[in-house]
Amino acid sequence: MRANVWSGRNTVQVENVPDPKILNSRDAIVRITSTAICGSDLHMYNGYMPTMKSGDILGHEFMGEVVETGRDVDNLSVGDRVVVPFPIACGNCNACQNELYSVCENSNPNAGLAEKMMGRSPSGIFGYTHMLGGYAGGQAEYARVPFADVGPIKIENDLPDQSVLFLSDIFPTGYMGADMCDIKPGDVIAVWGAGPVGQFAIASAKLLGAERVIAIDRFAYRLDMARDQAGADDVIDYEEADVGATLNEITGGRGPDACIDAVGMEGHHSHVALHAYDRVKQATRMEMDRPHALREAIMSCRNGGTISIIGAYGGLVDKFPLGAAMNRSLTFKMGQCHVHKYLRPLLERIENGEIDPSFVITHELNLDDTPRGYEMFKNKEDRCEKVVLHP
Amino acid sequence: MTTTATRPPVPRAPSPEAELTRFLGWFSLGLGVPQTVAPGRVNRLIGVRDDRTSRAWQRVVGVRELAAAAGIFSRPRPAGWLWARVAGDIKDLALLASAWRNKELSAGRLAAATASVAGITAVDAFTAARISRAPAGATKDPTFRVKASMTVRKPRDDVYAFWRNFQNFPRFMAHLESVEIHPDGQSHWRACGPAGLSVDWDAEAVEDRPGELIAWRSLPGGDVVHSGIVGFADAPGDRGTEVHVDLEYAPPAGKAGSLIAKLFGEEPNLQVRDDLRRFKQVIETGEVVRSEGTPEGTLARRLVAQRPAQPLEGSMS
Repeated sequence: MRANVWSGRNTVQVENVPDPKILNSRDAIVRITSTAICGSDLHMYNGYMPTMKSGDILGHEFMGEVVETGRDVDNLSVGDRVVVPFPIACGNCNACQNELYSVCENSNPNAGLAEKMMGRSPSGIFGYTHMLGGYAGGQAEYARVPFADVGPIKIENDLPDQSVLFLSDIFPTGYMGADMCDIKPGDVIAVWGAGPVGQFAIASAKLLGAERVIAIDRFAYRLDMARDQAGADDVIDYEEADVGATLNEITGGRGPDACIDAVGMEGHHSHVALHAYDRVKQATRMEMDRPHALREAIMSCRNGGTISIIGAYGGLVDKFPLGAAMNRSLTFKMGQCHVHKYLRPLLERIENGEIDPSFVITHELNLDDTPRGYEMFKNKEDRCEKVVLHP
Repeated sequence: MTTTATRPPVPRAPSPEAELTRFLGWFSLGLGVPQTVAPGRVNRLIGVRDDRTSRAWQRVVGVRELAAAAGIFSRPRPAGWLWARVAGDIKDLALLASAWRNKELSAGRLAAATASVAGITAVDAFTAARISRAPAGATKDPTFRVKASMTVRKPRDDVYAFWRNFQNFPRFMAHLESVEIHPDGQSHWRACGPAGLSVDWDAEAVEDRPGELIAWRSLPGGDVVHSGIVGFADAPGDRGTEVHVDLEYAPPAGKAGSLIAKLFGEEPNLQVRDDLRRFKQVIETGEVVRSEGTPEGTLARRLVAQRPAQPLEGSMS
């Protein structure tokens, strides 16, 4: 089959690789009809995620048609149309039973590697480093889906792929970002990052009843999408305006009730020197993550407010204003999305017409053009927001 | 707040010195209690004159025995207390010698008491010498000890039953090829090494408390010398069962030496933890979980030599 393969920093290519096989009795093989490039794929593309290996197939947002099932998969049949959640979860362990699917205790065969870096291991993830399992990803014609009796959701309507594909990751991820804010009437929510996950965090905060939602980014076309499509009430271009002062003005000096970090480890800072400081430390591997958005969110949040982190971080951060957070009674909530928990309610919202997630798609390419898709997405060429690939 | 269940005590094959030491501790206790509580009876038993002076002496000696017992039981390597016992023995012999001068006393009983004290003096001196000579923590062969714990979401009796059937071990112990159970309860274990060589040994269960713990050890003559205990405890708040494993290996001499070192020696902690992880996968999900990068499932040496995360060539199951 054809698959998008990582072979080093800033290098991916579409190659012929063997077809996937059933390795466990609860596996299914899916023929992929649509897949996408995620912002977190860029962290690996840019070389900031450790434990990658040349030849790894990337991709963790995919859907398609079941073509084979293992002997213990009794809920799916050949021909079913499914969307596959990006965390791999067994459904049996204490974490899964508590709906904490992205920290499944059984799905990472390389948990020993993760424990060395993180103390304990989260779940395995498709196409997302060997530390998180060494699973072949979904930017390919076919993928093996472990625990297929637990993860994939059947799509039994005629909605196009474009409307349901993002149930695999970015819609539930953005939704969980808003869900963690525990939004109450009158709450103002600020969202750092108007990439695809940020767009869904904004839209979800509105769905969950936020009074005002403020989007913060530096690309006008992304802020336009946040205002016009996701429903942001205000937008702030952090290269044009002082974020803290603007947030104060919008919130009458209180600060946002909750702040969502939808940026993660490769943030930018409007101040050249401050950005350079973290950029250099990251490039020399003295610091793994550039937490600009997170620092700003902490400093701006209302006293007693909530910081919700859904942007992906990989390791260590510097100059973290913990004193501000502690003394001002902030609450931190974070995590890779427990997608399985949100699949059905969010599919219902799509079916009810409350949201059509396809609004973030700006480019659709053939799988063979995946490397071009990575470059466009990374460099924000051609107002690129979200690239969907079709094998 | 949650509390952790206490790990059950680990029965390990005790060394002769340790067994002797424990015996001497009990001996001190057995002697000290009647000496302090009923000195007159002890006097009559061993054949010395029963008067106020001798009763006082019995009490002094009795208190000394109790102190020795406390010292021996409370310290892991009570060499000092054992030498104190030797000194006490010599004093006891001196007291008995003074009793011999009194012709009115029963020579038979006195002779028996003297022989007993002389005998116990020899045992005390031997044990104290052995314990003093051995370096701390070392037995005859260097061994390494590995402990690991894992919580699994299954009732304690199920977890125990799965573990009690040694034939299940190859399903989750990465290096184990087979375990055969003999009719006499002993088992024959076969493991494979990186070089494709196989090693084998016999083992027996030394303790089996249903639902609580299983202890086993290898029998002499095999390629691998080890003993192990696995304890089971209810995890608090409906969290399933805690499995606590405590293993001790002696790297074997002879043909399989280097192979075994590779098998168990490089990262024994990680390997045992991996085996427990596989155990959890098997008992919770039904089988060992495989990825393209780690097609064999969790395996210590795979962590440093991952396959690319892309499907395998040919057939593999």
